[in-house]
Amino acid sequence: MSLSAYLIVSAVLFCIGLAGVLLRRNALVMFMGIELMLNAANLALVTFSEAHAELDGQVAAVFTMVVAATEVVVGLAIIITIFRSKASLNVDDARRLRH
Amino acid sequence: MTIFVFWVAAPLTIAMAVGTIVARKVVHSAICLCGAMVTLGLLYTTLEAPFLFVAQILVYTGSIMMLFLFTMMLIGIDRRESLTEIIRGQRVVSGIAIGALLALLVFTVAGAVSGGFGNLDEVNERHGGNAQGLAVLLFTKYAFIFEALAALVFTAALAAMVLAHSDQVRAQRSQRGLAAEKLQQYAATGANPAAAPGSGVYARTNSIAHPALLPDGSVADNSVSAVLSERGVVPSDVELLPILVAETAAEINGTLPIAGGA
Repeated sequence: MSLSAYLIVSAVLFCIGLAGVLLRRNALVMFMGIELMLNAANLALVTFSEAHAELDGQVAAVFTMVVAATEVVVGLAIIITIFRSKASLNVDDARRLRH
Repeated sequence: MTIFVFWVAAPLTIAMAVGTIVARKVVHSAICLCGAMVTLGLLYTTLEAPFLFVAQILVYTGSIMMLFLFTMMLIGIDRRESLTEIIRGQRVVSGIAIGALLALLVFTVAGAVSGGFGNLDEVNERHGGNAQGLAVLLFTKYAFIFEALAALVFTAALAAMVLAHSDQVRAQRSQRGLAAEKLQQYAATGANPAAAPGSGVYARTNSIAHPALLPDGSVADNSVSAVLSERGVVPSDVELLPILVAETAAEINGTLPIAGGA
């Protein structure tokens, strides 16, 4: 077994996350899909770090984690704000800016 | 050992990820995502990234999933998701696009690595360990990015506070406004603007199941809870009136002490 198995797992995870974002309408589940995609990218970074025998990939994964954490904080605050005015988690209901 | 952990953790991760996407209830999605994060951390251990393994569990299952759960508690979890397509054909096109992307990634990127396992051992040992090695990189080569990320985290915390502390969406209802609203409803639909009659005003007991009687002896329906009427425990005016008439006559004749006088 070579490291490409990890990359395949990463690709599959990324596509599952993408499916969550594209096919679900619940804002929270879409957010979880984004988290899955970020994690898939992390796995690829760590795999490349192992393949190239450098720690830079792992540092990049740490950075991705920080970005994911901030993204979740702001995103969930946005979800709560939308929920307050719309009383709905469905992303199709937030269409006030539509002309 | 590495291969064993991989073949346990990788299918579990993918199964949990699929569960996250297909689960009907948001809580089940969150639980599945937690599991996917933990098994992904196991994959990190096989890739000689022990620090990331710990950080993964602390950051993802520890804080990010907790944030998700708090949000669920705030906004309620029992909401049905509408499955109607807003954009026509979106599901089909998305499915094709996802399949194409998966094929592209698997057939191009997956073959891009040539190195094997165990290359990181000496790199990890160079500074005395994986965490130390990461720290050296973080505070020398990537020091500026690290500072920029600190600014990002500050901004995000501030943004979350500003967003979560929203102004009142609707105006607060004052007593004057409520009175005006009631009178407007009275003018429009004839709804009673006054308080509903209390139970048992003309009744013999102070039980809430005893309806008030109107001056003509009929039962005031809105003086008792609709639940009690539905259950059939509220006596009707046919049952109440003879008793009331007898008691009133007794009161007039002086054979019964006036209620409340004793």
